Amino acid sequence: MRQLVLSLALSLVASAAPGFEIEELVQFPAENETAELRVISTADTELFAPFILEFQQANPGISVAYHVVSTTELMIALAEEGESFDLAISSAMDLQVKLANDGLARPYQSVRTAALPPWARWHGQVFAFTQEPATMVLSRAAFEGLPLPRTRQELITVLRDNPDRFAGRIGTYDVRVSGLGYLFATQDGRTSETFWRLAEVMGSLQTRLYCCSGAMIEDVASGEIAVAYNVLGSYAQARADLHDAIHIIAPQDFTTVMLRTVLIPETATLPDQAGAFIDHLIQTSWLRPDNGFAFPGITGEGLSGNAGLRPIALGPGLLVYLDRLKRQQFLREWEAAMVQAE
Amino acid sequence: MTGWPRARGSIRRRLTLQLLTSAAILAVILFLIVSSFARQISAESQDRILSASVASILDAVSVASGEVSVDIPYSAFTMLDNPSDDRVFYRIMQDGEVITGYDDLPATTPGTATLPYRDETLRTVTATRRLSVNGAPVQIAVTVGQTRDAQAQTLQRISRISVYLGLGFFAVSAVLAVLAGQVTAGSLRRLAGSVSRRGPQDLRPVEAEVPSEMVPLVQSLNRLIARLSTALNRTEDFIAEAAHRVRTPLATVRAHAENTLRRVDREENRASLREMIRAIDESSRAAGQLLDHAMVSLRADQLELEPLDLNALVVELVDRLRPVAELKDMEIRLETGARGAIMGDAILIQNAVRNLLDNAIKYAPSETRIAVTTTSDGTTATLIIHDEGIGFPEADTTPLRGRFTRGRNATGVVGSGLGLTIADEVARAHGGHLAMSNNEGGPGACVSLSFPLR
Repeated sequence: MRQLVLSLALSLVASAAPGFEIEELVQFPAENETAELRVISTADTELFAPFILEFQQANPGISVAYHVVSTTELMIALAEEGESFDLAISSAMDLQVKLANDGLARPYQSVRTAALPPWARWHGQVFAFTQEPATMVLSRAAFEGLPLPRTRQELITVLRDNPDRFAGRIGTYDVRVSGLGYLFATQDGRTSETFWRLAEVMGSLQTRLYCCSGAMIEDVASGEIAVAYNVLGSYAQARADLHDAIHIIAPQDFTTVMLRTVLIPETATLPDQAGAFIDHLIQTSWLRPDNGFAFPGITGEGLSGNAGLRPIALGPGLLVYLDRLKRQQFLREWEAAMVQAE
Repeated sequence: MTGWPRARGSIRRRLTLQLLTSAAILAVILFLIVSSFARQISAESQDRILSASVASILDAVSVASGEVSVDIPYSAFTMLDNPSDDRVFYRIMQDGEVITGYDDLPATTPGTATLPYRDETLRTVTATRRLSVNGAPVQIAVTVGQTRDAQAQTLQRISRISVYLGLGFFAVSAVLAVLAGQVTAGSLRRLAGSVSRRGPQDLRPVEAEVPSEMVPLVQSLNRLIARLSTALNRTEDFIAEAAHRVRTPLATVRAHAENTLRRVDREENRASLREMIRAIDESSRAAGQLLDHAMVSLRADQLELEPLDLNALVVELVDRLRPVAELKDMEIRLETGARGAIMGDAILIQNAVRNLLDNAIKYAPSETRIAVTTTSDGTTATLIIHDEGIGFPEADTTPLRGRFTRGRNATGVVGSGLGLTIADEVARAHGGHLAMSNNEGGPGACVSLSFPLR
């Protein structure tokens, strides 16, 4: 294991491939390599690496080329560029469903996939293997002496009451560039009008827009910003080194839960090994929810036990907000609320 | 006696086969009806959902500041979600121009359509709506399409159920068909049984209850039985009549011939008269035996068995023939040692024994003895007749049992060659046996007639 970790060849590649932007390419070489699995993913390498290493232990001889991209770039790579990848792992459920719906994914069937409940798979092509809540990450320092907001309404109140303290110190996804941010925002908007009021308030306080959860968490921890809204709770939990500086709060009015999904693109050259990887992911996340990895596995109780949790349903409904006109409209409204100062 | 009628086909098999065939056809029809009905219903239900989806999208079309905007409701697509996760495609057009959705969706006219798209078959519903944009009419056409996996799956499930339904229907019908075949064949078999169980003399009409379809058959059978009965009576009458008609005139002629013989002196005339008398005797005896044989053949076909005491029968016959034997100065010694009764037709057995005794008296020379013995050994009763006559000419006596066959050494004795035939036929009709041999170390023959004990 240790040797394997040491043998990781880490290389940073900036816009190496034409047409879409790869943030990072990490090779997980295997001794006596027989096949190289090309994975395109939106999950940060250090959080996802344990899955890959464990997979390689169980399946020796398979090396993994792990390409980290943004959700939007993943869509571009597969739908527009037709790049060849064996696995696509993404937090943007709507884009994954669209890939499958548009015929860009391969069906896969095994004992493991058959054991998944219907809500955790779609069309025999998209499989969920984590459930990750969208949370608020607050700076402990910034909320010194203030009541911690437990709901969106309380957050609105806190922000309104202390505009001096929070002006320019609020962060959230730039939904125009982040697929996951767009998914969270559209689901929020669909679920409650409170989202739009919150957006208005955030907009009036010159909210800073981010591409990724990781950056937001770090900025909150460093005190750069005080509030980060719709941050992936799993990322925040994984940064145990920052827990002294931040609060991680799942809003009690409703917490959107995203299912991280995996699919085999149509362009895959090693569908069998890709299938084995999917089985591995399902096994790890479903049979060992407390697997010690950064990504929490799926537990049925986790979802039913908390009425505030709103898991996003895999299904054709996710296509609605990907509609050209619908997206335009949503972004227009979102910009009107969020980017009003500019 | 009679050959088997040639069997062609079987009512039971034909009936069963016909019922099975119609059951199979009905089962297939049932399957087809259920399947097509299911197909229709599932297609209709998909069309209804697609129509609802289209309607909800059309509802969300509005005109804002001189521009058409479409705010697709979330439910427009979630309502299309199903367990088979069918793929969904849509397109919204304004005056023939695609404004959003899948541009490459094939063109459709309002209503439902089934079209090929991206290697799949799509069921689409299209509807239109007219709007006024800045006073100008604008037509919005919304098309929503869905793959048909769920429908196929439902159909498959229903098909499976209807296959089971058809098979079950067929199985039940098959059992009923076999039963029907058996019941029908059974009533025929019962009739056949009741006819064949009848005794030989039972020529009453069949009166058992039969299905109406079999009434004509039973009627014909009864008419046949009536005709047969009449014919049998006529034959018996004819035999009695013939015996009477032939024997009486022959006796008269013989009497006349003897009278004439007494009155005629010329030796050559007397010789020819004696020759004539001999011929008359021969004819008379032959006629008698012919009639005996006819009687035996007739009765042997329809044996009427009753318990008989062989000893009594033999004693009576010996007593009756003793005068004839005494004419030749012969002595008949009778020894009755049989125990138990035999089953037999008294008239036939009398006939057989009389013929054997007749032979013994006829073929043995005067002043000899005839020994008549009856014995039994547990299973059979046997009558043995020893004479001191000419015996059989050959060791093999089988040919002598045939009709009109006489031993080569029997010329000069009046006979027809039917005596042994009659005895043999009677023995065989009763399951018994006729044995013939020459006496060992002396003249004469030994004939034994055996019958099974009761």
